[in-house]
Amino acid sequence: MSRLSARFARLRAENRAALVTYVMACDPDRATSQAILDNLPAAGADIIELGMPFTDPMADGPAIQLAAQRSLAAGGSLKVTLEMAAAFRAKDADTPLVLMGYYNPVYAWGPEAFCRAAAAAGIDGLILVDLPPEEVGELLPHARASGIDFIFLTTPTSDESRLPTVVGQASGFVYYVSVTGITGARSASRDAIAEAVARLRRHTTLPLCVGFGIKTPEQVAEVAQLADGAVVGSAIVQAIAAHAGTPQAVAAPLDLVRTLAAGVRGTRK
Amino acid sequence: MQQLNTYRAGPDERGHFGIYGGRFVAETLMPLILEVEKAYAAAKADPAFRDEFMALLRDYVGRPNPTYHARRLTEAWGGAKVFLKREDLNHTGAHKINNCIGQILLARRMGKRRIIAETGAGQHGVATATVCALFGMDCVIYMGQTDIVRQAPNVYRMKLLGAEVRPVTSGAATLKDAMNDALRDWVTNVDNTYYLIGTVAGPHPYPAMVRDFQSVIGQEVREQMLAAEGRLPDSLVACIGGGSNAMGLFHPFLDEPAIRIVGVEAAGYGLDTGKHAASLTGGRPGVLHGNRTYLLQDADGQIQEAHSISAGLDYPGIGPEHSWLRDTGRVEYVSVTDDEAVAAFQQCTRLEGIIPALESSHALAHAAKLAPTLPGDHLMVVNLSGRGDKDVATIARALGDEHMGGLV
Repeated sequence: MSRLSARFARLRAENRAALVTYVMACDPDRATSQAILDNLPAAGADIIELGMPFTDPMADGPAIQLAAQRSLAAGGSLKVTLEMAAAFRAKDADTPLVLMGYYNPVYAWGPEAFCRAAAAAGIDGLILVDLPPEEVGELLPHARASGIDFIFLTTPTSDESRLPTVVGQASGFVYYVSVTGITGARSASRDAIAEAVARLRRHTTLPLCVGFGIKTPEQVAEVAQLADGAVVGSAIVQAIAAHAGTPQAVAAPLDLVRTLAAGVRGTRK
Repeated sequence: MQQLNTYRAGPDERGHFGIYGGRFVAETLMPLILEVEKAYAAAKADPAFRDEFMALLRDYVGRPNPTYHARRLTEAWGGAKVFLKREDLNHTGAHKINNCIGQILLARRMGKRRIIAETGAGQHGVATATVCALFGMDCVIYMGQTDIVRQAPNVYRMKLLGAEVRPVTSGAATLKDAMNDALRDWVTNVDNTYYLIGTVAGPHPYPAMVRDFQSVIGQEVREQMLAAEGRLPDSLVACIGGGSNAMGLFHPFLDEPAIRIVGVEAAGYGLDTGKHAASLTGGRPGVLHGNRTYLLQDADGQIQEAHSISAGLDYPGIGPEHSWLRDTGRVEYVSVTDDEAVAAFQQCTRLEGIIPALESSHALAHAAKLAPTLPGDHLMVVNLSGRGDKDVATIARALGDEHMGGLV
């Protein structure tokens, strides 16, 4: 059983949703980023999305754009991202690690060689924002061969006719982007999320994680009642930015994750 | 090098030119991209759409514009007989308006009322703002802060036309970053907004659609050369940023094997300085802004900043069909430096009384090298893609005070 399947099975047994936390690799620098990453599970993260820095993050709002710039300025790269993942995996055998970013760095590495290297670094899943079902054919077989789940994104614009195309090839979990827009901007209403989750449930039995615009423990709790996971990214990244270079650089973002974790742990599905 | 029966059949139904092109966009945009594709296919098959497009090109843009025999440049270069395709005479002063007319008609067909666009030199922004004024649509133009400074007159023109110009400060604050922000806007306002892309790049169907709208350039050249010289030209030369003026000139001639076709990229300070915008000469295939194409990038796949004195060429990528035409060998791609372009700008201005855009000056600079190597009966058509009034301040800065008689 993959780490993602095992984790969702355990959470089902606990009758609660997952807190999925996003941090950008090497933000604000490699040592701080590694320390934050290594301590995310203890702070309450059930699944970790590790951002791969890219110069042109077209689907991201200012918070993650700036995180990518800090990462690249501090020597961040796809290679460094995998090295950080491997260091994490040496200490934590169970917490699923999902890479998230854009296709060009992966394409530059070579999809087949990259999937092998990512699997060797202990990566469980891969989210590539600009590799839709229409183009994923050149990567998907290599991800599968390496035991990596390719996580498909569904959105408010994925209608009934399109959903089979999107979730038909999915494994691991299905990510629901709850608003049309960029990361860290507006938030969807509870009703809109409930409606979307119901629609998605008709098309897939995979776990559903909801992201974009989720910033507070209250929002996490709300999503935790409806879906199998709540993804928080920009809020954590902003905490990292706000405390970079201070004695709280590692502790402050982890404190935030602890408060967010209360949102899933206090909520029965 | 492969020899194909036709170079005009692409893209395939998935929007690929060989390995290039495609639809590398976020899922939020995919349904809309598919809708644009369907709407364009229907429009293309509708004679009324074509009639309205051609009528506006004639009555509003002022087409056909001339293919003009440049006698004094021909004489100065001492070889090929040189013709200039006068896209600079179009309404708004460049070829960009051809595509904008086509896409605004499509946006109206699709029921979209809000138009967004990116711009580098400002020519596409002005053309977009113009058609939005004509059709009464809301218009938001994304423009890098660096370009806003160096193309101030065009910014003011866009505002006069009723457009909102949003400055982009991320990255190097040029065309690439403006395109990122336009995509972020589109993904946010997907319900009511049409993205009017200004060049033969972006996700399918844009590269093919923009090429189709710009192909009026090559079609006119064909008719005009047959009328004036009784035969087709022997060579075509055009500058390339994204590559829409070049694709518009080249595409109708791709299957004429005797015609030499040359695309001219911007070599900036020089290819060996790393400060250039020559994606085909100095880049390698990658994925950005919805398509796979040649890109300036480092070993990690991070996109590098382009440099060109010409804001319209200052982009680290190129349209995917050009990437394919390069790999097949059908089109030659070369580059000229900032300095060479500035020299050609001055020469054309002094000898022909035509102030060319800095972008077009790159095509002229290469023509100046090529023409002397060719016989007098060789017919060369250079695409004068736009007029250079917008570049006068940049030229003044490049040449320095003494050349301007103290006017700077």
